[in-house]
Amino acid sequence: METEIKPREEGGKRQRVRANMVNVFINGKRHVVPEHATIMRAIEYAGHQIIRGAGCREGFCGACGTIYRLPGDYKLHTGLACTTMVKDGMSLTQIPSVPMEKAVYDLEKLTPDVNTILKVYPVIFRCVACGTCSKACPQGLPVMDYIQAAMRGDIAAVADLSFDCVACGLCALRCPAEIIQHEVGVLCKRLAGRYLRKESKELDERLQQVREHRFDAEYAELMTMDKSVLSKLYYDRDIEP
Amino acid sequence: MYPEYLAESLKAVERTRAERLKLALSGQPVFPPMNAEQRKDVLGKYHPDFTPGAKRRVRIGPNRGEELTTEVADMLEARSMIEPKLMDIHLREPDYETDLLIIGGGGAGCWAAITAARNGVKSMIATKLRMGDANTMMSEGGMQAAVSRTDSPTRHYLDAIGGGHFENDPELVRVLTEDAPDVVRDLENLGVVWDKMDDGSMQVLHGGGTSRKRMVSCRDLIGATIMRTLMDEVKNHPDMINVREFEPAVELILDDKGHCAGAVLYSLDTEQFLTVKAKSTIIATGGFGRLHIRGFATTNHYGATGDGLVMAYRAGAHLKFMDSVQYHPTGAVFPEQIAGFLITEKIRGAGGQPLNKHGELFVFPREPRDIESAAIIRECSPDRNMGVETYAGRTGVWLDSPLIDMIHGEGYTRHQFPGMCRQFDRFGIDIVKRPMLIYPSLHYQNGGVGINERCETNIPGLYVAGEASGGVHGRNRLMGNSVLDYNVFGRRAGQFASEYAKTAKLGKLSVAHVNAHCTEIDDEGIDTDLVSPLILPSYTPEDVKIQQMARLGNIPARHSMLRSRFTPGERKTHL
Ligand SMILES: Cc1cc2nc3c(=O)[nH]c(=O)nc-3n(C[C@H](O)[C@H](O)[C@H](O)COP(=O)(O)OP(=O)(O)OC[C@H]3O[C@@H](n4cnc5c(N)ncnc54)[C@H](O)[C@@H]3O)c2cc1C
Ligand code: SF4
Ligand code: SF4
Ligand code: FES
Repeated sequence: METEIKPREEGGKRQRVRANMVNVFINGKRHVVPEHATIMRAIEYAGHQIIRGAGCREGFCGACGTIYRLPGDYKLHTGLACTTMVKDGMSLTQIPSVPMEKAVYDLEKLTPDVNTILKVYPVIFRCVACGTCSKACPQGLPVMDYIQAAMRGDIAAVADLSFDCVACGLCALRCPAEIIQHEVGVLCKRLAGRYLRKESKELDERLQQVREHRFDAEYAELMTMDKSVLSKLYYDRDIEP
Repeated sequence: MYPEYLAESLKAVERTRAERLKLALSGQPVFPPMNAEQRKDVLGKYHPDFTPGAKRRVRIGPNRGEELTTEVADMLEARSMIEPKLMDIHLREPDYETDLLIIGGGGAGCWAAITAARNGVKSMIATKLRMGDANTMMSEGGMQAAVSRTDSPTRHYLDAIGGGHFENDPELVRVLTEDAPDVVRDLENLGVVWDKMDDGSMQVLHGGGTSRKRMVSCRDLIGATIMRTLMDEVKNHPDMINVREFEPAVELILDDKGHCAGAVLYSLDTEQFLTVKAKSTIIATGGFGRLHIRGFATTNHYGATGDGLVMAYRAGAHLKFMDSVQYHPTGAVFPEQIAGFLITEKIRGAGGQPLNKHGELFVFPREPRDIESAAIIRECSPDRNMGVETYAGRTGVWLDSPLIDMIHGEGYTRHQFPGMCRQFDRFGIDIVKRPMLIYPSLHYQNGGVGINERCETNIPGLYVAGEASGGVHGRNRLMGNSVLDYNVFGRRAGQFASEYAKTAKLGKLSVAHVNAHCTEIDDEGIDTDLVSPLILPSYTPEDVKIQQMARLGNIPARHSMLRSRFTPGERKTHL
């Protein structure tokens, strides 16, 4: 369907250009929107003000989880509204929030091993290795693999494999074992950062220097320096290659 | 995939590439860097801050008579969302009481709650969207911290203050740079996975304006890594920290002595106005990209509408450096779906070149941010008319990324820029083989509410931290110093505001300052139907919006907010 329309600018201004329009069904109701729209833009084009369902608008935050179906396709698809394009006949709804219970824990009392997983998120041992979570992940992460790694207590692997998770919760909604994968990912990343790191000696030294007020004199000098002297110092400073 | 109508220009880029690669490998600058005079000229004529209408005098409030960014002045001179008369009962009987109210659940806000809890003080975070739906979530590049042996906090000080043209507040820059190493350790103890060298030392890189390598990172997702860690920690203290999502603040509450005593929240779910009584209050509401200043697309999150500035200003707080805006030279222009998306500076650092529609170089790729932006705007302006137009009405120039693999070897781009690649792969554009179309994007609020090194404002009991504050960066923030900013000052705000809350005694709560603001608007004869804070921008098409406006009375929940929606001025790509 080709029509003369004025697609909306971010600034609210519409311009006269040719664009192909497509039908989408937002919460079951048909709207005609430009084919080059993302799901998020299509919802706004239709006149909705999104309140729950938009955060960063660029694929970082996971606020915009969406489920949809396409004509002639039995599958229930998942995607981020801000980065998924509409298709003709798409039938969609946004997920305003994913109900779940994040475990409350004291990181200082945990160990980076399978005991922690058993204690904090025992539910993951229900995993049947069906792979539904990996298929649902809009970031294309190997979600099942990181859950399996968590079952083995391989904290470093979970941290690595779940690094790009945006916590949209779509995997959790599809999981037949009712696991909240992204929270397991966050726990393991924190365990890895806290316990599996190599210590930086340089950082220790620097912290010691600061505690001993080693820079006080230099700061005092710089902070009271005449602007022209400071400026000369700045432009003459050597630059590490 | 690029549409057919861009094919000709893309071919031009390919035609000139071999020649430009030779230039890049020659070791000489690929284009002559500008001298001082040329810089001044291009800034004065093309930088959005200096175009006619970019600034105007604000007519009311603490900064009265000063030149501010026009859209900011419009917001400051707008009407309040609340009718003070109708608030009386809820001021007498507040909906919530807390020791410390934190407005904004981004990086600065979460840190404040965590440090207050460490100090034994209970707090409440009231935030606009979900916790973590914030600019903090989006930072990619890194954070500056003088952690290596060749570096020192005082060197960091010199770099930051020089970058800010020596206008930054020295006290603030000192604590920014001196607290930095401890922030790195503190975050690590909370479980942030830093990029490290094999021996455990921090991996450090250069950023614009650094004289030592001091950019620490978490792959290309530092923001998400820190934000998710802080959020998780906040949620681990349900007894100490009460989080209220979708309840943005719209006005501050003062007491009869003029001390800050909490805020009025507006529930986006139920459209109720709720009052919070608090012994001390922290504004951590972040920046203003979604005001679309000068019609620019933005890198910022949905809720970055400068609300903290508006609330604080009405309560009598002084703003600093609110006449300068940071535009990032390389925001995406195509595909339209990610217009404004930040393309990291590192692409140019690795050899990416900006090109006009004929595939020609027109600027040195690594000029300072403001100069580079102005040069790109000039290329696209009617004066030169060398930009590439998209169907959506945007103009941009090419950023030739395929050069990067040609310079550094195959596979380099995919390895170094996974986030960038993923974003464009989604739209069928392989940036290893095809250039990106870019234009400057509204990125950062350089100024904000004036604070001291304890995050105190001129209003007792009111603290500000993060992008909402002003003075740390002067009129020009360096890459990596704002992630540091919200960490350093978020922690400090939590510490000092919770200390204050321990002894603060509140008088009678009042929103009389809102009345005074209304009177000032009328006295000055200001004719405005804008309502602020903006809360959320509206991307509803104009014709739909007009039909929505016809409503009278009996306003259904969620939609009455449209009254207050600000339609940013027409896009002025051709400035
Ligand atoms: C795409 C992008 C990339 C960046 N990359 C870098 C980088 O590499 N290095 C660097 O140093 N800096 C970078 N920055 C800048 C840096 O990320 C931000 O300046 C910083 O995170 C701001 O932190 P903040 O806590 O002050 O504000 P935010 O993180 O924005 O948090 C503010 C919070 O307050 C909420 N809020 C707003 N109004 C209200 C209200 N009225 N009531 C209640 N809550 C409200 C918001 O929704 C948000 O949750 C980048 C920014 C962006 C947008
Ligand atoms: S792992 Fe789950 S929560 Fe994380 S991005 Fe993938 S689907 Fe979303
Ligand atoms: S969907 Fe659930 S059960 Fe299936 S593999 Fe993933 S975690 Fe395991
Ligand atoms: S809005 Fe943040 S991921 Fe889509």
